Amino acid sequence: MDMKPSKKQLALVIDLNVCVGCHACVTSCKEWNTSGISGYMSDDNPYGEDPTGNFFNRVQTFEVGEYPNTETVHFPKSCLHCEEPPCVPVCPTGASYKREEDGIVLVDYDKCIGCRYCSWACPYGAREIDEHQKVMKKCTLCVDRIYDEELPKEERKPACVMACPTNARLFGDVHDPDSNVSVAIREEGGYALMPEWNTKPANHYLPRRRTQRSINDDELVRADNPLNKEIEVSKPNFDEPSLDDSTSW
Amino acid sequence: MSETSSPKSEVKTTTCYMCACRCGIKVTLREGEIRYIEGNPAHPVNKGVLCAKGASGIMKQYSPARLTKPLLRKPNTDRGDADFEEISWERAFDIMEERLSNIRKTDPKKFALFTGRDQMQALTGLFAKNYGTPNYAAHGGFCSVNMAAGMIYTIGGSFWEFGGPDLERSKLFIMIGTAEDHSSNPMKVALSKFKRNGGRFISINPVRTGYSAIADEWVPIKPGTDGALMLALIHEIIKLGLYDREFLVQYTNSAQLVNLDEESSEYGMFLRTEIPEEEGCFDPQNKLWWDRTSNRAVVTHTEDADPRLMGEFTLDDGVNVKPAFQLLKERVEDYTPEWAEGITGISAEDIRRIAHEMGVTARDQKIELPISWTDTWGKEHDTVVGNPVSFHAMRGLAAHSNGFQAIRALSILMTILGTIDRPGGFRHKAPFPRPIPPCAKTPNTPHAVQPNMPLDGMPLGFPAEPDDLFVGDDGKPVRIDKAFSWEHPLSAHGLMHNVITNAWKGDPYPIDTLMIFMSNMAWNSTMNTQDVRKMLNDKNEDGEYKIPFLIVADAFNSETVAYADLVLPDTTYLERHDVMSMLDRPISEFEGPADSIRVPVVPPFGECKPFQEVLIELGSRLDLPVFVNKDGSKKYRDYPDFITNYETEPGSGIGFLAGWRGKGGEKFMRGEPNPNQWEMYAKNDCFYMHELPKSYQYMRNWNQGYLNWSQKHRLMRYAEPILIHVYSEVLQKFRLAAQGKTDSKQPPDHLRERVDTYFDPLPFYYEPLEAQAIDKHKYPLNAITQRPMAMYHAWDSQNAWLRQIHAHNYLYVSPQLGKKNSFEDGDWVWVESVWGKVRCMCRFSEAVEPNTVWTWNAIGKAKGAWNLASNANESNKGFLLNHVISEELPPNSKNEVFSNSDPVTGQAAWYDVRVRVYKADDQTTPETFPQFNAMQPQPNAPKRRNWLAYVAGKSRK
Repeated sequence: MDMKPSKKQLALVIDLNVCVGCHACVTSCKEWNTSGISGYMSDDNPYGEDPTGNFFNRVQTFEVGEYPNTETVHFPKSCLHCEEPPCVPVCPTGASYKREEDGIVLVDYDKCIGCRYCSWACPYGAREIDEHQKVMKKCTLCVDRIYDEELPKEERKPACVMACPTNARLFGDVHDPDSNVSVAIREEGGYALMPEWNTKPANHYLPRRRTQRSINDDELVRADNPLNKEIEVSKPNFDEPSLDDSTSW
Repeated sequence: MSETSSPKSEVKTTTCYMCACRCGIKVTLREGEIRYIEGNPAHPVNKGVLCAKGASGIMKQYSPARLTKPLLRKPNTDRGDADFEEISWERAFDIMEERLSNIRKTDPKKFALFTGRDQMQALTGLFAKNYGTPNYAAHGGFCSVNMAAGMIYTIGGSFWEFGGPDLERSKLFIMIGTAEDHSSNPMKVALSKFKRNGGRFISINPVRTGYSAIADEWVPIKPGTDGALMLALIHEIIKLGLYDREFLVQYTNSAQLVNLDEESSEYGMFLRTEIPEEEGCFDPQNKLWWDRTSNRAVVTHTEDADPRLMGEFTLDDGVNVKPAFQLLKERVEDYTPEWAEGITGISAEDIRRIAHEMGVTARDQKIELPISWTDTWGKEHDTVVGNPVSFHAMRGLAAHSNGFQAIRALSILMTILGTIDRPGGFRHKAPFPRPIPPCAKTPNTPHAVQPNMPLDGMPLGFPAEPDDLFVGDDGKPVRIDKAFSWEHPLSAHGLMHNVITNAWKGDPYPIDTLMIFMSNMAWNSTMNTQDVRKMLNDKNEDGEYKIPFLIVADAFNSETVAYADLVLPDTTYLERHDVMSMLDRPISEFEGPADSIRVPVVPPFGECKPFQEVLIELGSRLDLPVFVNKDGSKKYRDYPDFITNYETEPGSGIGFLAGWRGKGGEKFMRGEPNPNQWEMYAKNDCFYMHELPKSYQYMRNWNQGYLNWSQKHRLMRYAEPILIHVYSEVLQKFRLAAQGKTDSKQPPDHLRERVDTYFDPLPFYYEPLEAQAIDKHKYPLNAITQRPMAMYHAWDSQNAWLRQIHAHNYLYVSPQLGKKNSFEDGDWVWVESVWGKVRCMCRFSEAVEPNTVWTWNAIGKAKGAWNLASNANESNKGFLLNHVISEELPPNSKNEVFSNSDPVTGQAAWYDVRVRVYKADDQTTPETFPQFNAMQPQPNAPKRRNWLAYVAGKSRK
């Protein structure tokens, strides 16, 4: 059963071609949201063994290939705001929902009973339970920033997008074919994660793109090679015998 | 609902200090607590972005490791016990005043002040100078002085705050040995734009992390061999004629004729015309070229002359000469790509390919900007031309004992490609370029240190010749760290890493008081950490500590705090005034000088006090001339007052801040003090920037307009051209002294060979000193460290958010190594050097050169330090590689012991360490080794919560 596609679908497009894995998106998300509408974001054992806390966004780093042809990939991951979110229909209380107006998938804490069905249904592992509040938490696309008219227009973006030093995180409406995110997906080979699950993730990733250069041998030899300036052209002695002394025809 | 419009919210701007990057930030407060820290879009450094550290400032501010009151070690306790009583500031000042005034009255050099990554060196240096001690430095000797000195002595500027790659216009960018750097956000912003513009990015690094991850090509290299690679690249570029001849002729000393008369005291020096005047801190234009048209020697830059870069010539007086470039060509003759392959592990084919790509890109993708400018020889140019190949490098090149010459080679490579202060290449940032070397000098005699007198000179400087060395008539060092002595003459940043060892040994002399600010010298900011900790706690037979008094100023309960006799609680960056001064390392951009300030956005926590205020108060109490009026009364109310009113000399108009000078703020760089200067900065998002006219933004070494401007605004005393030192006469002067050929100061005989060897006027490659001294078959691997982006230069081991990203570290090794030595991914292993061993967990990685092992640095902590729980990962699973790195080399054949440093600059050679790695199957407990007794929390430490649920405005009620 297909859900009715929302008119607008806000999403992140993450450019793996420029992400250096700095974690700015991770902590800027945390600092915005811990005092935001999603309530606090717990940290357990913050100063002890195996510190662990809620994060709406994490960066995974992995290697691909064998030395020396190794790629190191930094892979930021948060809720993908699927167009067919499997976390929504499984929610027994209706706490997990997808907004019609902009496609953001949210959790209503007043309804959430912390049963975790949604996190089991999510194939991307994007949801994290808060053990203290007993509610499920996840990326809200900073819904309390992006519509805040008190903020200058250019700052009405998720905290991670604002912070990202490499501008690897683009934010916009993937249903608008002219939006920056749609153009990037179309032109830079944007792809969705695990399309075989038919979740239609709204967030997309842009792949690594390698710039290569090959030098033609001709380019290494030039008429104006500065070495020519250093060559001594030795002239023979004027008095040395020459052909024109002895030939007359 | 709107957050930001809440009447209880307010936004203040200031400058970040989670690392050395100095981004502009906006701090939103809710009911006095920090709600949000974000990048300031109006700020030139970060343009609105912010990194992981910057966004975690909240957790630094409210850390349980905060020190809140001055602490005094309890009687009958040992250093390291961290058993303190709280005392008042008044008492702390009384203790310091009594002790330091006695030292100053007798022998001021017995007080040493060493600081970390504090960005406060203009003030700390001024304090040390006025106190009269030569024993002052920040952590540059440990960090990257090779990079600063190697480049400054070659091109008159350097990476970091002083210059960098112009990625906006570059086409090819080569990053060497960098994981993260000072300019962390600007580098990220620029690299991303560069890649999106289709630029090609090559990373040369033994490890593929961070920036290297997004490189178009990763070239793994063996640590410590970068010099060999640079020399082979130069070889190939010269061989094919891919160098920028015109640039070399006009703007460098490549065509200058070098005296080859081995008998002469001028051997290896440039020939000079009759103009004898050589006073002042600049290169006089009195050298010679060999003109190819007239086939004779002419004064450099003679109009219409076209000098030879190659060949050998004889002057009228019979002296044989060669252009400097000919000597460079001869030097690199044998440094073939095949030769370098055997050393670096990079194939000759790849080296050639990269050299060709550099040369062809520089030559064929020229940029020409329609900007007219006039050079120092009066020639007018309609355009600024750029060769769009740029570089960045850092500690990977620097932290080796052969780093200085490797970085000279890099600077020369950048130069022969014609990329210095040109679009798309390397560009300077004010106050650089500076003369080669810059003018600041230390004193050159022990007599400069006198009781109750300021030091007669600067504690740090740039020696230009042997007579500039800070040594006695016997050639012995005046400084405790032996900086500016014959052992490491060009140690422009001092040698922090040898201070404790030297003071403990009493070599060259014992000291009384060591004051450490924001430097973890008992842990990660030292080498040979275990022994250094013992030295700090070691006593003479009379029961007195070998280093009698230790003062530590820090905001947090670090490992070093445990060793202090007196602890001074510092503020965080959000609680104080600060300046990023033109006298120190300002935030200048390529386009012009800029500096910035911090202003307090929250009140100080407990009784912590900015270290600047401590220095001003202490300076006043000690009657240090700069801090008191003639009648001995306190001259400056506090630090902000000092910043407003201090001038380098009475009436000089030069102060710590360059913006809004003059009574009404109408002047910049130079002008009388402005009582409203702080407010004017604060109103302008806490920074000041002067954008230079376009015609002054390039070619600044030789740009008459810029040099005149710079002279007028007193950035420089002279408006003379700064020719690039492809060939270094400065180095040759030291070599001639070592050879006994000049009547300058002479090295002690046992150091002659050392100076003669390493002070080569042209770059050369030698194996790192530790590798030369030890059994490489027994210790076949190089061990290095990197700092992760989320921790680089951060003081945040205790940061609740950041430590979740890196709570403990692993040793990363090639799977091939595991297979060979029979251990698996995740196993506990021993990492053993000739100096000691550590036990840790390993992870297999395909992203590391197979003869290299590496780990994240400074993640491992001592148990209990930083007020972390004693079972915290940092101490139980984390480890510090510093334990297997020595601050000294093994004794040589003559039983002499030298610092494990670059013999030219004293740069700590901590990437030289060689190790072997094997399975730890003798282990009883799954924890790293070594372990130390748990450090106790500071008295009345802020509560260490088991569960944190931070909500601004609510959490701390």
